[in-house]
Amino acid sequence: MLKEIKSLAHHGKQFVPDLRTQSVSPLFRGRPSIAGDIIAHDIKAAAAICPSGAIDSNTGSIDLGRCVFCRECEFLNPGKIKFTNDYRIASNTRNALIIKPGDNNPLRLDKTAIRKEVRRLFKGSLKLRQVSAAGDNSCEMELGASGNVNFDMGRYGIEFVASPRHADGIVITGPVSENMARALELTWEAVPEPKIIILAGTDAISGGIFGESPALDRRFIATHHIDLYVPGNPAHPLTFINGVIDMLGIK
Amino acid sequence: MNGKTYTALKNNSSPAGLKEIPMLDYETFSERITGSLKDEARHCTAYYGAMISGKLTLICCIADDRNSTIEVFAYEVAEGAGLRSLTPGFPQLHIFEREIHENFGVKFEGHPWLKSVRYPHNRADNRQIMDNYPFYSIDSEELHEVGVGPVHAGVIEPGHFRFICNGEKVLHLEIHLGYQHRGIEDLFISKNNALQRCILSESIAGDTAVGHALAHSQLIESLAGIEVCEALQIERCIALELERLAIHIGDTAALCGDVAYQPGQVVCEALRTKVINTTQLWCGNRFGKGLVRPGGSNYQLSRAVAEEILKLTDDIEKRFGEITNSIYSSPSVLGRFDEIGTVTHSQGLTIGTVGPSARMCGIPRDIRKTHPFQYFRNYPVEPVVLEAGDVLARGMLRNLEAKESMRIIRELIAIWSDKEQPVTKPVYDYRLKPDSFSLSLVEGWRGEIFHSAITDSLGKIVHYKIKDPSMHNWMALALAVRNQEISDFPVCNKSFSLSYCGYDL
Repeated sequence: MLKEIKSLAHHGKQFVPDLRTQSVSPLFRGRPSIAGDIIAHDIKAAAAICPSGAIDSNTGSIDLGRCVFCRECEFLNPGKIKFTNDYRIASNTRNALIIKPGDNNPLRLDKTAIRKEVRRLFKGSLKLRQVSAAGDNSCEMELGASGNVNFDMGRYGIEFVASPRHADGIVITGPVSENMARALELTWEAVPEPKIIILAGTDAISGGIFGESPALDRRFIATHHIDLYVPGNPAHPLTFINGVIDMLGIK
Repeated sequence: MNGKTYTALKNNSSPAGLKEIPMLDYETFSERITGSLKDEARHCTAYYGAMISGKLTLICCIADDRNSTIEVFAYEVAEGAGLRSLTPGFPQLHIFEREIHENFGVKFEGHPWLKSVRYPHNRADNRQIMDNYPFYSIDSEELHEVGVGPVHAGVIEPGHFRFICNGEKVLHLEIHLGYQHRGIEDLFISKNNALQRCILSESIAGDTAVGHALAHSQLIESLAGIEVCEALQIERCIALELERLAIHIGDTAALCGDVAYQPGQVVCEALRTKVINTTQLWCGNRFGKGLVRPGGSNYQLSRAVAEEILKLTDDIEKRFGEITNSIYSSPSVLGRFDEIGTVTHSQGLTIGTVGPSARMCGIPRDIRKTHPFQYFRNYPVEPVVLEAGDVLARGMLRNLEAKESMRIIRELIAIWSDKEQPVTKPVYDYRLKPDSFSLSLVEGWRGEIFHSAITDSLGKIVHYKIKDPSMHNWMALALAVRNQEISDFPVCNKSFSLSYCGYDL
């Protein structure tokens, strides 16, 4: 017993006090900033190297729903493209994930697009069922970490539960393989109404690097309303939790 | 058959010409396999089918741990031929024959368990579908079946476990996977682009991003004739050990969580966070995605980061040492770990288990020592080997390996400090040697990762093979839970911590 108490004393306080302002490594790849004066030649080169087709070769915008955050476009165009360590990159609309040249505003949720019942019912308590649909286990581990002693999303009443019957919504990771399509559908059906869908990680949002694979079946994503998109490769716990509490209107 | 019956390759070295790989008849091919596998120092590291110039060729790679060579030989399958299965004599081959059967429709006569491996999108027989997987069952009034998954209670990957139980006791467990199949091997060929392949390699199993990216980079460097400097080789070894350290600590937390030993869980969770945040400080990603690239690095290790890593190991060593002392002396933990989920030495050898799953039952397989790569060629690693084969041995192995990784990291940083030199940028416009075969092995935290590729006359990759260590090791979990209480399944599962997506590809 004494040994445990000693360990816990050395353990100290590990929780992140303010999840909105926590500083992360300057190298962390978060919201990109693209120079307003980036020239067509540089855009073309960046679009050509992008492994997941996230860069529009005409406009030079970067789609965070497709980006795998490899930073190679920045290495190619230093000074013109810069991945900042701003981890608050979740959005409730797909379009807002497309970052245009010259756009340096932080990403914030579109309040008008949040369904009323989401805030009314889930602000005090949100129970989620996670479905890994061909995720590579990095997003799954980050979602697991969102509830650990450091990030502790339980402080907001948000947690993952064991059964879809106990859940208010699902969090999907992975590009959705054909082999998981039915299980995903069944899990969703098992969640009582009203319910929400969150996509965590670039693979879930667009298929990411697997986008063109014939082994996927993304019809579920295409035919359901998505309440929150959380980009990342994988989605960082800070990105996930901030996205969810912004959606719920938690101050 | 005249002449050589195999070509010997070294890990992390030059490729072989395709023509140098002996094409044997099936009789010689099988004798070559069975003869080799009688020797405990040899195991089948990979055995798979590849379409080469329109012909199905079976390629077998036997790792000889005594002289650090991998023996490669092949057999061209005649149209519609049924082959004699080698699994009855050497069960470690079961999964490889099943994969060849599923992918190409080759019949292995006498195979006791010729079932689907993962239901790949391009399987030979599309009538085989997930929903009617032929589970083993027993018609009995006394026994009952328990099905778990594919969606599990925790935040983990999908897979289906089917138990046959007598009361609370598990008689049999069948593990049915494939839900995670993304067609990744084919994408390595269809995406004829170096950077895309790097991103893919980091996504084979995102919890082993460094291990798989390193296996891929080594393979490309071998085929492209690229040598990387010693400083970069050391950096890669440090990154690999950081990955091992983080996972072993994280799995220790998970093991404690499963037996409701809360201090062990929370302390280890926080320590894992510290390790992966240091990886993030180094390369901007907690899993090391982006850190390993062929031919060079975008994130050369700096003095400042090396200092942080040293500080980290000092801190972790103290606190992890303290908490593991508590964990492994707590009767409530030991009662749940000791003599639970035992895999014996002979079972381990029979099923050809690798990595920690082998080392926990007295099989000293560790690619860092037996087929060294990168700087491990100059810096010998002595694997930690335990004998008991139970959950306690697997937990202890992680504990000891984590501590060993910290020692290795410190020593490697000391060596690196004397060798520091500018590291080149990654090479994405490589040209690969035409008509060649190459392979690459890395000891990831789960065990040996195998990547291999075949190029055509233009140097284009026409075949890419990935083997995650979980391919060997899932059978160990199935054996471990036999005659255990079903309530011991979670702790058995965590103690192996195998990959679903690495297996499903």
